[in-house]
Amino acid sequence: MLVDVGLRLAWRNLWRHWRRTWLTVGAMIFSNGLLIFAMSLQFGSYDMMIDNSLHAYSGHLQLQHPRYLDEPKMRYALDNVAAIAERLRRELSLDSISARAAGFALASSEERSYGLQIVGVDPVHEPLVSTLPGLVKQGRYLKPGAAGEIVIGAVLARNLKISVGDELTFLGSGFDDSFAAGIVTVVGIFESGMADLDRALAQVELGYFQDVFAMQDRGHSLIVRARNIDDVESLQAQVKALLESNQDISLRHWEELQPGLRQAIQADMASNSFMYVVLVVLVAFSVLNTQLMSVLERTREFGTMMALGLQPARLSRLVMLETALMTALGLVLGIAVGLVVNLYLSRVGFSYPGMDEVALKFNLPERIYPAISLASMTLGPAAVAIGSLLAALYPALRLYLLTPIEAMRAV
Amino acid sequence: MTRLFSQFKTILTLSWRNLWRNHRRTGIMLGAISVGVWAMIFMTALMRGMVDDMLNQGISNLPGHIQIQHPEFLDDPSVVNSIDEPRGDLLAALENNGVRVWANRIKVPAVIMSERESRGINLIGIEPVSEADISGVPARISKGRFLESNQDKGLVIGAKLAERLETRLGKRVVITSQDPDNNLAERGFRVIGIYRAELAAQEESNVYAARGTLQDLLKIEGRVSQIVLVDDDYRNVESLYRRVAAATPAGLEVKPWYEIDTYLAVMFNMMDGFVLIWVIIIFLALSFGLVNTLVMAIFERVREIGLIQALGMRPGLIVYQILLESLMLLLIGLIVGNMLALVTIKPLEDGLDVSVVAEGMAMMGAGSVIYPSLTLYDVVLANVVVILLGILTSILPAWRASRLDPVRALNTH
Repeated sequence: MLVDVGLRLAWRNLWRHWRRTWLTVGAMIFSNGLLIFAMSLQFGSYDMMIDNSLHAYSGHLQLQHPRYLDEPKMRYALDNVAAIAERLRRELSLDSISARAAGFALASSEERSYGLQIVGVDPVHEPLVSTLPGLVKQGRYLKPGAAGEIVIGAVLARNLKISVGDELTFLGSGFDDSFAAGIVTVVGIFESGMADLDRALAQVELGYFQDVFAMQDRGHSLIVRARNIDDVESLQAQVKALLESNQDISLRHWEELQPGLRQAIQADMASNSFMYVVLVVLVAFSVLNTQLMSVLERTREFGTMMALGLQPARLSRLVMLETALMTALGLVLGIAVGLVVNLYLSRVGFSYPGMDEVALKFNLPERIYPAISLASMTLGPAAVAIGSLLAALYPALRLYLLTPIEAMRAV
Repeated sequence: MTRLFSQFKTILTLSWRNLWRNHRRTGIMLGAISVGVWAMIFMTALMRGMVDDMLNQGISNLPGHIQIQHPEFLDDPSVVNSIDEPRGDLLAALENNGVRVWANRIKVPAVIMSERESRGINLIGIEPVSEADISGVPARISKGRFLESNQDKGLVIGAKLAERLETRLGKRVVITSQDPDNNLAERGFRVIGIYRAELAAQEESNVYAARGTLQDLLKIEGRVSQIVLVDDDYRNVESLYRRVAAATPAGLEVKPWYEIDTYLAVMFNMMDGFVLIWVIIIFLALSFGLVNTLVMAIFERVREIGLIQALGMRPGLIVYQILLESLMLLLIGLIVGNMLALVTIKPLEDGLDVSVVAEGMAMMGAGSVIYPSLTLYDVVLANVVVILLGILTSILPAWRASRLDPVRALNTH
């Protein structure tokens, strides 16, 4: 009953100056809507950036020789990769695990020579860990057991002036520093849109690679793709448990494999957070202004209430309750506005002039879609609400200094 | 005239005193405006600094403000797509037309081999005299020396590449590329210098040799990959571009930097848009408080406004008076905000270290230290937007105040 009276009092007090209240609530709605819009797009683009970058090539986890990450050299290889891959697939009952070996070679066509990264892959499992095999635009991907076949990037093919069916010779150095040379037939050309891959990557069958580069049964990495990015941590723990006896294999998380990706996101988050904080602070100023004015103009009224026996604590609770009501209004309407904007954008996508160029740089599609999640919908409004309540503390606590007699005499 | 002036003086005094009648409210609003303006300018200076850095790095990596090359060279940077060294009209245009720096360059893909490792690289043949102004590599030599003549037999590689190849200063490496007839062109070089670059990717891929030495190696006497021009300011290369394009023989392609690297161009163009949007968003967040303050100030003074109207003050003057009050509020807020921005940006002039996210910055194409760049344009933009839009949002409350009915206003409590 008492709470009810307090609530009713607070609600009515709010509408004594309806313009002021709506202007303050308006500031909250504006900021909440904007924060939701910005955060949803931000999270949406991060998700896509991570997914596209990891699915294209590097996978979620990789097993490597402990020194291979810092010094990707041929001699830092893992023994018997195919068998380890087979065992992991069985023990984890996860098919998306694939072995690779990589080396550097000079490839020559009839007319041209280019240096390229040549990678030996397992044609059966590679399509499960990487999107590259699916991006073969001409010809086909490698077949299991097919020695002497190669798949290359589109830009590389153009630069070497070769197409599907043409021969390519390559020359590199093998595991034992011997010459590694081979003649291969181009069976497919992939086009990923990622310059690094399209310009300088070629894939051959793993067994063939091991023969030519004198690797025996060795390889350089085991690529693991989790079913879902959220499963990566638990999968990491499982793989670690399976490998615990083996000191010669390091398990690398994608954040170690692509440190730039995580850090680009962090840098972007830091600069965005600055903007968000400024918005919240400005709303807090608005609330402080409104509530301080509303308390000051009611000094006489509060004096009377105190003279009638109300404790200052009740009065400051009343002011906080008023703020809370205002905040709740701003929160609900702000989230509604944010939701409408997000629903619209998740239908049509968001883009601005020139975004395609930027998108290409960060492995993003040309339109980005907001990630509508609990976090993206509530983090911003929650910050605004906390900021508003904190701002109202000063006017609310001032009431403790009020003495009834002086207050009732105030103008 | 004097009457108009004295009237203005009265209004001015009135506005000023009104502004301070409720010093708490005015103080809070000033706080909000100051923080807002500070955030506008501070954030803009940081972003500008970052984008400037990206552009400078990007352009010195292209390199140059304008490039002349074979039309297929950018897509297929092969020795086959080389061009003749400039002569005739083009040479005259380059020599006499106030071009700050120009140089012939060779750029071909090649393989570098040390005793232990081999890598794919960009082999770049340069003219040492002008290189400092083009890529800036000579200034970043960390060990040994830079190339000294067009026939220098040495090789300059990045520190990261040296690490990858497990080689060092004074060691020999073998460079393999192709000549225009697709014969392997191979030659041993001694590493005479090691340079460092802001971006690791450059350190790893760009290898420098003398232009003449490479022409011999690649069997392209008198031919080069590109002619590179650097003007005074990358923001303003249009006129040079047009003059050079006019003198360039048919069959060659002339391109300014913003057509070569469209990502840089987008960054450059987007920056102005970003600044404007940021300034407007902050202003909108402020505008609620501004209108609120004015509406309340007027509300408290309804009787008083009724009275001065009854005494004969014209509605127009009431509007002026309230707008003036708002203008003063904005101006004081702007002054404080600008000073805050100045005071906070000054200590960051030596650079804000963001090396914790260095590899992320590298992905965006920027270095790991941000040097805030406070430009007159941005400061003026922020101030003008705040004043113009501030006055604009004040018009409605001011106009409403001037439309009050004196009789009713006098009877309000």
